[in-house]
Amino acid sequence: MTEKINSNTPMEELTPGGDIYEAGNARNFKTGDWRSIKPVYLSDKCKQCGLCFPVCPDDAIPVGKDQKRTDFNYDYCKGCGVCAKVCPFGAIVME
Amino acid sequence: MSIRERLSGNEAAAIAMKQINPDVVAAFPITPSTEIPQYFSSFVSNGEVNTEFVAVESEHSAMAATIGAEAAGGRAMTATSANGLSLMWEMIYIASSLRLPIVMSLVNRAVSGPLNIHNDHSDAMGVRDSGWIMLFSENNQEAYDNLIMAHRIAENKKVKLPLMVCQDGFITSHSIENIELLEDDIVKKFVGEYNPDEYLLNKNNPIAIGPLDLQSYLFEHKAMQAEAMKNAKQVILDVAKDFEKITGRKYSFFEEYKLEDAEVAIVCMNSTAGTTKFVVDNLREKGIKAGLLKLRVFRPFPAEEIAKALGHLKAVAILDKADSLNAVGGALFQDVTSAMFVNKKEVPMVDYVYGIGGRDTKADDIESVYNDLAEIVKTGNIDNPYRYLGLRR
Repeated sequence: MTEKINSNTPMEELTPGGDIYEAGNARNFKTGDWRSIKPVYLSDKCKQCGLCFPVCPDDAIPVGKDQKRTDFNYDYCKGCGVCAKVCPFGAIVME
Repeated sequence: MSIRERLSGNEAAAIAMKQINPDVVAAFPITPSTEIPQYFSSFVSNGEVNTEFVAVESEHSAMAATIGAEAAGGRAMTATSANGLSLMWEMIYIASSLRLPIVMSLVNRAVSGPLNIHNDHSDAMGVRDSGWIMLFSENNQEAYDNLIMAHRIAENKKVKLPLMVCQDGFITSHSIENIELLEDDIVKKFVGEYNPDEYLLNKNNPIAIGPLDLQSYLFEHKAMQAEAMKNAKQVILDVAKDFEKITGRKYSFFEEYKLEDAEVAIVCMNSTAGTTKFVVDNLREKGIKAGLLKLRVFRPFPAEEIAKALGHLKAVAILDKADSLNAVGGALFQDVTSAMFVNKKEVPMVDYVYGIGGRDTKADDIESVYNDLAEIVKTGNIDNPYRYLGLRR
């Protein structure tokens, strides 16, 4: 029911109090558009040291099964810059 | 079948809560409602109820805990007065907007300051637009009866709104009167089990409540609350009808006391109605056609029904036990006058702010209002519609 609700849904089809009847729904709220500056990933400088992704408050640095990070998930990255600050190799620059 | 007792209004409320046996009660003591959680906590200690009693550190927490309990899927109750309600204020709106049918006893007291612990309705009037159903009680019996009916109204799927039962601090909360109680099993059957469709502790169907609700949604969610408040009107009448079947006691939006053939009438709420009935009886013996409309259901406001009940009168006085400090008159006066205007009933109307901070309102005071009404009928003059009753000047 709730996954069909959007900003065109008439009030008669909304849930009381705005209740959301699915778990894990924060995924649907793309907070990346709050960003004013963004981190850029320079893969040739990255040593895969693993310091950046644990500090990301929004889980916006995807890590594969091989323990290697890939490019940012800009759907959720708010551009806080913590990752760029911890990177010892200059592999993340804020633009 | 029913039990004859003599109880104070606070005892009556506590016993209603015992018979309802809610899942959670969270409360913080404040005069004059303190006794309600005090008596109730003794029921908990004695094992007379299965309730989880949460002795919180403030009224804000009391309302927050009842919100949590109700959202979890339980039935939660609380009690407070005056500044306790003020401290709950933020949470009062959360409770109604999350559509949680919490039931509260509000023992009416003046909101400070300067500090006053006695009765008026300024606490209740402060939350009149918060989306709670508000029932008022003339005496101990009505405070008890309104609580027994409360959950059936609040939890109805067309309503899903919190509800407060008001009674006058000290005047009824601390006065012992005769009362007729229902037997425990009859209350249990009448109130029934609470089985919400969606609740937080349902592990098979997890939900989120109270989400971020921005420009695209809050307007509609508020309109849904307003719709629920309209729906509550019929539900209140239906529940009253069922209640009458088991008790013989009749309830509606308001009580019309000798109103049908009256020429002048008073509109008031809570215990003042008792004094007014005494005065109406005396005036009737003198041949004066006096009447009373005692409002029980203040929210939802039965505007159309009030206009119909008052439309034939020659003059009406509204008694407001809280001043709105707005230079035009009290909240009840404004609601009643707008109800009359919208429903095209033209009756001369005056407002009396009275009983502030527990100022005693005697039969003579009420009689002076009827005398003023008679004067208005005779002369057709209302120099000032915003008046005081019992004010020193």
